[in-house]
Amino acid sequence: MTDATRMRRRDFVKAVGGGILVLVSLPAAGLGRDAEAQGRAYPTDVNAYLHIAEDGTVTLYSGKIEMGQGVMTSLTQMAAEDLGVALASIRIVMGDTESCPFDAGTWGSMTTRFFGPAVRAAAAQARLILTDLAARRLGVPRTALSVENGVIFVTAGRSRRVTFGELARGQRITHTVDERAVLRSAREFAVMGRSPRRLDGLEKVTGAAKYTADIRLPGMLYARIVRPPAHGATLRRLDTAAAEAVAGVRVVNHDGLVAVLSPDWETSDRAVRLVRADWDVPAPAFDTESVFDHLVQAAPEGRTTDSAGDVEAGRRQSARTFDVTYRHPYVAHAPVEPHAALAEVKDGKATVWASTQAPFSLRPQIARGLGFRVEDVRVITPYVGGGFGGKAAGQQAVEAARLALAAGRPVQVAWTRAEEFFYDTFDPAALVRVVSGMDANGRLTLWDYQVYGAGDRGTEVFYSVPNRRVRVYGTWGGGGPAGYHLFGVGPWRAPGANTNRFAAEQQIDAMASEGGIDPLEFRLRNTTDRRMLGVLRAVAQASGWQPAVAPRRTGRGRGLACGIDAGTYVAHVADVTVDRATGAAKVERVVCAQEMGIVVNPDGAKMQMEGCVTMGLGYALAEEVRFEGGRILETNFDTYALPRFSWVPAIETVLVPNDDLAPQGGGEPAIVDMGAVIANAIFDATGARMLRLPMTPERVLAEIRRG
Amino acid sequence: MRDSIRFRLNGRPVSLQTDGTRKLLWVLRNDLELTGTKYGCGEGLCGSCTVLVDGRARRACQADLASVQGTEVVTIEGLARGDRLHPLQQAFHEHGGLQCGYCTPGMILGAVALLQANPRPTREQIVRGMEGHLCRCGAHQRIVAAIQAVSAQRGGRDD
Repeated sequence: MTDATRMRRRDFVKAVGGGILVLVSLPAAGLGRDAEAQGRAYPTDVNAYLHIAEDGTVTLYSGKIEMGQGVMTSLTQMAAEDLGVALASIRIVMGDTESCPFDAGTWGSMTTRFFGPAVRAAAAQARLILTDLAARRLGVPRTALSVENGVIFVTAGRSRRVTFGELARGQRITHTVDERAVLRSAREFAVMGRSPRRLDGLEKVTGAAKYTADIRLPGMLYARIVRPPAHGATLRRLDTAAAEAVAGVRVVNHDGLVAVLSPDWETSDRAVRLVRADWDVPAPAFDTESVFDHLVQAAPEGRTTDSAGDVEAGRRQSARTFDVTYRHPYVAHAPVEPHAALAEVKDGKATVWASTQAPFSLRPQIARGLGFRVEDVRVITPYVGGGFGGKAAGQQAVEAARLALAAGRPVQVAWTRAEEFFYDTFDPAALVRVVSGMDANGRLTLWDYQVYGAGDRGTEVFYSVPNRRVRVYGTWGGGGPAGYHLFGVGPWRAPGANTNRFAAEQQIDAMASEGGIDPLEFRLRNTTDRRMLGVLRAVAQASGWQPAVAPRRTGRGRGLACGIDAGTYVAHVADVTVDRATGAAKVERVVCAQEMGIVVNPDGAKMQMEGCVTMGLGYALAEEVRFEGGRILETNFDTYALPRFSWVPAIETVLVPNDDLAPQGGGEPAIVDMGAVIANAIFDATGARMLRLPMTPERVLAEIRRG
Repeated sequence: MRDSIRFRLNGRPVSLQTDGTRKLLWVLRNDLELTGTKYGCGEGLCGSCTVLVDGRARRACQADLASVQGTEVVTIEGLARGDRLHPLQQAFHEHGGLQCGYCTPGMILGAVALLQANPRPTREQIVRGMEGHLCRCGAHQRIVAAIQAVSAQRGGRDD
């Protein structure tokens, strides 16, 4: 990322005007190894701005975006806490590249972990500055003052007081914080650690909340783009005459991006169907079934991410070894809001409203598409109707910008559901092979783990295994040779971890079963990680875990799984019933225990846990993108089933307290066990081991019949 | 083809000269700039475009404009009375029955229709009644709780 993509501080300070402005610049070292390990360019310059205007208005500027995960509320809570004001008195501006500090993107459950400290530091520093000003104004030492709800007063005599607004008036203070300021401790929290109603709630229940496709500009046109039938197809012949004959329609062609434009979406949609395009579609290289062989055969060189002892010695020391292969298909993000963008190009500058998780990363992409300088592109992020990683990619924003440039009018590109399924950057298909072993006492002796296509997230070995090796071929972002994937892949809620936990936690479960050991006892016996022991015991207690050796084969089963994601520890117990005539698995109850350090907003955290559990039902039981070569066979929700009301089990969430640790990730961890915990419950219910996702009734039935 | 279409929308009369085979969704969003009604799938499979037509839930992406001739249409923008939220809007807000909020307008209107038809539904009836609404964020459990709360506080009466 070049400096040009960041607004110069000088310009920003000027634009903000008078009052008190606090800029926070946390050193990269403070951002944790996680961000670096994942190769993410987390901002190292200014992370947060907090402004107190001369009328007392407090505004927090954040490059993060709100897509349902609730950070609009939790970030404001953090600022309110350390500034010493009521939640309602802070306004937050998010995801606007013109006024907000650079941010690489909203993903990886990093907002609270890495951006949160910057917000709190800015707020704490602002409070210090204001307290200094108040001390001078009131003629008392700083220590004699207290702060409450935006008012600073003399502790011994509350009538001597001054408001933040009064202090900010006539000021032009710009302060940069380079060190960690003293933050309030969890015991002092007045705003954090509580669960106010969502700040975006009212707008969302009244229909007032604006999403990208809801924005209107005078003279705007609605685009429908001519699309190929398959990825990799090339255009042989194009005839747009019939489309152009429709009243009010224009067809533009910007370097091969062909679109029908008109002042209303329906007309464009009708006209695009009149375009005659002939395509050459390459013969399918592989499909839904053969992809797994392909992933192994064409795999890029592996890297060893963990190694200890000697796996060959481990094999010899094992009383029993297990060699199992697990499969995970391509899975769609399928947010209910499809990708949308509205672009306006005027006087050599482009303004693009986009449903995106990464407004700042979109800027250079749009600039390249237009031949503009990055600083001449502004991206504004309205409310985002679900992302889950899929809106890290911003193809639609580049399309809208190019068409707006070509048309000389504002252009909206809002993908149809079929386009959403076609251009989604799927959770990649992946294969995991685990060779593991244990001694006669049920202690792990060997863990030889290989993953193709999913990357290393979720492979961390928190069990005590003296001889282990983890080898990773490819990443969730693609990687690998050309043609390794035939269409886009990318981050999907806890990228790769769903695949890796599906494999690892079933492997553990199978070993416990073969050893005649209760699955909880087996896990407790094989780890010394304190935080893991904490969530395992918490989930056992909350679920009323009764020790038993699986499988019990009664048609009702109980499964257990655990994992670490985004610095957070999770453990799940699921109760599942399986109809042995049809193979249909119904998840009746899920208990999830999560330890995530300090909890900023307990109810918000629980909402994310419930969302993870519910979304996880989909990839566990039903979701699979079927394809033949570059042709995507899913076009809508009739064949690609998302979890519905009747699928949702009773969900119980438990937050395991740990106020000694800074807040950890919350948007993703509770989804990572869902495949494994349901598979383990199905095993307990039927004796059938489900090694391939999703666990559809047909596949469960086939495994039951195989015995 | 131009048709003369009249209906009441959120309590006010509307008169349009347009093609009656157009879908209500796009007329609401483009012609009338009521963008609370969302496009999600375009085939009546997700419920995010749900509106009330004479008190019953309809998928606006599937409804020909001509089919609402002479009816009373309510969108999410017309549900509150001034500053006073509809009890279901209030309950969704209080129970956290939303995350990204994109499915929320359709979800709330679906729930309004559900309680109008059956003021005291069982949990099972709520689940069945809302089955056609997709929520990718996974707010289902809280949505059901919100609907149950409104049903309980009304004591079975629906206004």
